[in-house]
Amino acid sequence: MNLMANLIPVAAEIFLLVMVCFILIVDLLLAKSSKIYTYLLVQLTLLGCSLITVGTHENGVYYAFHGMYVDDLMSDVLKMLSYLGISMMLVYSRQYLMLRGLFTGEFLVLALFSLLGMNVMISANHFLTLYLGLELLSLSLYAMVALQRDSAIATEAAMKYFVLGALASGLLLYGMSMLYGATGSLELGVISHALQQGVQNKPLLAFGLVFILSGLAFKLGVVPFHMWVPDVYHGAPTAMTMLIGSVPKLAAFAFTARILVEGLQSLVTDWSGMLIVLAIASMALGNLSAIAQTNLKRMFAYSTITHMGFMLLGFISGGIEGYGSAMFYTVVYMIMSLGAFGMIMMLSRAGFEADTLNDFKGLNQRSPWLAFMMMLLMLSMAGIPPTVGFYAKFSVLNAIVQTGHTWLAVVAVMFSLIGAFYYLRIIKLMYFDAPESHVPIVVESDTGLLITLNGAGVLILGLMPGTLMSICAVSVQQSLLLH
Amino acid sequence: MSFFDVVFYLFAVITTLAATGVIVARNPVHAALFLVLAFCSAAGIWMLLEAEFLAITLVLVYVGAVMVLFLFVVMMLDINLLKLREGFWRWFPFGAGLAGLMVFEMIWVLGSRQTSEVSVAVTHAADYSNTKELGRLLYTQYVYPFELAAVILLVAMVAAIALTLRRRTGVKTQNISEQVKARKADRLRIVKMKSETKV
Repeated sequence: MNLMANLIPVAAEIFLLVMVCFILIVDLLLAKSSKIYTYLLVQLTLLGCSLITVGTHENGVYYAFHGMYVDDLMSDVLKMLSYLGISMMLVYSRQYLMLRGLFTGEFLVLALFSLLGMNVMISANHFLTLYLGLELLSLSLYAMVALQRDSAIATEAAMKYFVLGALASGLLLYGMSMLYGATGSLELGVISHALQQGVQNKPLLAFGLVFILSGLAFKLGVVPFHMWVPDVYHGAPTAMTMLIGSVPKLAAFAFTARILVEGLQSLVTDWSGMLIVLAIASMALGNLSAIAQTNLKRMFAYSTITHMGFMLLGFISGGIEGYGSAMFYTVVYMIMSLGAFGMIMMLSRAGFEADTLNDFKGLNQRSPWLAFMMMLLMLSMAGIPPTVGFYAKFSVLNAIVQTGHTWLAVVAVMFSLIGAFYYLRIIKLMYFDAPESHVPIVVESDTGLLITLNGAGVLILGLMPGTLMSICAVSVQQSLLLH
Repeated sequence: MSFFDVVFYLFAVITTLAATGVIVARNPVHAALFLVLAFCSAAGIWMLLEAEFLAITLVLVYVGAVMVLFLFVVMMLDINLLKLREGFWRWFPFGAGLAGLMVFEMIWVLGSRQTSEVSVAVTHAADYSNTKELGRLLYTQYVYPFELAAVILLVAMVAAIALTLRRRTGVKTQNISEQVKARKADRLRIVKMKSETKV
């Protein structure tokens, strides 16, 4: 295998890493007041990465580095979306972080490192690279949560996130080592092949699967491995919460898809049964607990748990429709959560966090446009047409009904109905209650434009979901099911 | 029983006893020293399996660096042992249940394995260098994960510095370079005065 054949598929990651190191050094030389140049450099890096990813895209599935790395349509699509997500996250959080003195070079560099981790996970074809990508992502996120050192609650959140994340990594590694023992390989394709041939040591395989699923569930944050989610979302500075709650879900989707579908497809009857339990428990607990929250970040944390449970339904139904709808759901969730956390940051100002329900009271009188955008986002999260959230839920439910799990679809719809309550409550507070504060809302022009695009995107994608849906379906078909 | 078996069982017994010592020792410094012993005898077992590189790394990295650091921390912190011991019996049933479950699982998994699957360690000629082989693998087949591990270490460095470096204002520290750069002309002003005349 020659060198270029290995390096060309990884070009975007190499460029990203080189740029991170470059930014790390440039940032040292810049004065504290001119961090905006670092920020612009980061945005340029993201643009460069996306150009390289598009430029090096080729049809088909390519492996590099002795089967450690895979370059296919799904990885390219997810990578493009992750660049977009990180870029949006940075635009939304710039002003918020500046006011809190957190807009430092370290923040930007760690954000790029987390992106690198996600990209490694997205195109990993080997348990080693999956695990290393995951650790790269997680370590950057732990550090980012702890960056606000003077806040006791942020430090506590970082500590919880770190300890539980390490536990989850341990479970995952334990499971991987058991699968290695049972199949004799860490490469997903070889594992899949070995499983089709039949494995003698069934208990070892079963334990490996359970440990891997537990680790995955921890990272996805689904019940009963969800304990860290509310505390971390609540405790972390909102910009970091936004990062944790949005883009890494794409990587988590890829991670789950690669392990369960590419590697362990032969065990589908075993893991889909476990996923059913996880999905139902997440939808039940997430929706019911979210109703009781008065803190918006905590509420969105429980909403994440619910959404991830719903996404798992796509994996349970399987096939192009199932996996495609799960991917679609994840992408849509990323867009919605970016907008929702962005809204919290726009209403916040120096020394004040707009993260309780009361802060949204009467938003329509203070800023009708922002209230309208928030309404679109909440309608989408609740899954009400014509927003894209409806179509995402619809496609997952459609896939699950087609596989004959009608009862599961009924349960999912019931819990979504319960969940609609707390999204609609925000709309009610914004439009029908009197505002508690009359401090004018200052919106920077770039964040204002972005939230408008975000809200419009939710609406337009809802009216015309066909393109994104077909991209998801094709990439799932090419990447997961054709080999 | 061959010489190999005797050495293996010797190391195995020492490892197990030392590991037990780690959790039952009352004094945390003793516990740390027991852990050093456990590492050393584990390194011995690896040596028996012809994994010299791993054995030496274990001694150098864990015993030499990690455990010394550990001992420093244990000695510097004022740990209230009585407080640590509180609630031991309250949690004992839970812990014992969990341990029992683990033992049961291990027996089940290991017991189900066919004896033919347990392979004997491959022996190599005396001039076979397993450090060289590991190095060759790391820089060829595993170069991608190897580089990723390096990136993770870089992240750890960035994170550690970002989280702990504090530039406090108003601290009276010496600025050596400023001191060295100082010239006589900056500090000393020679004033020419007319000598006083007697009135």
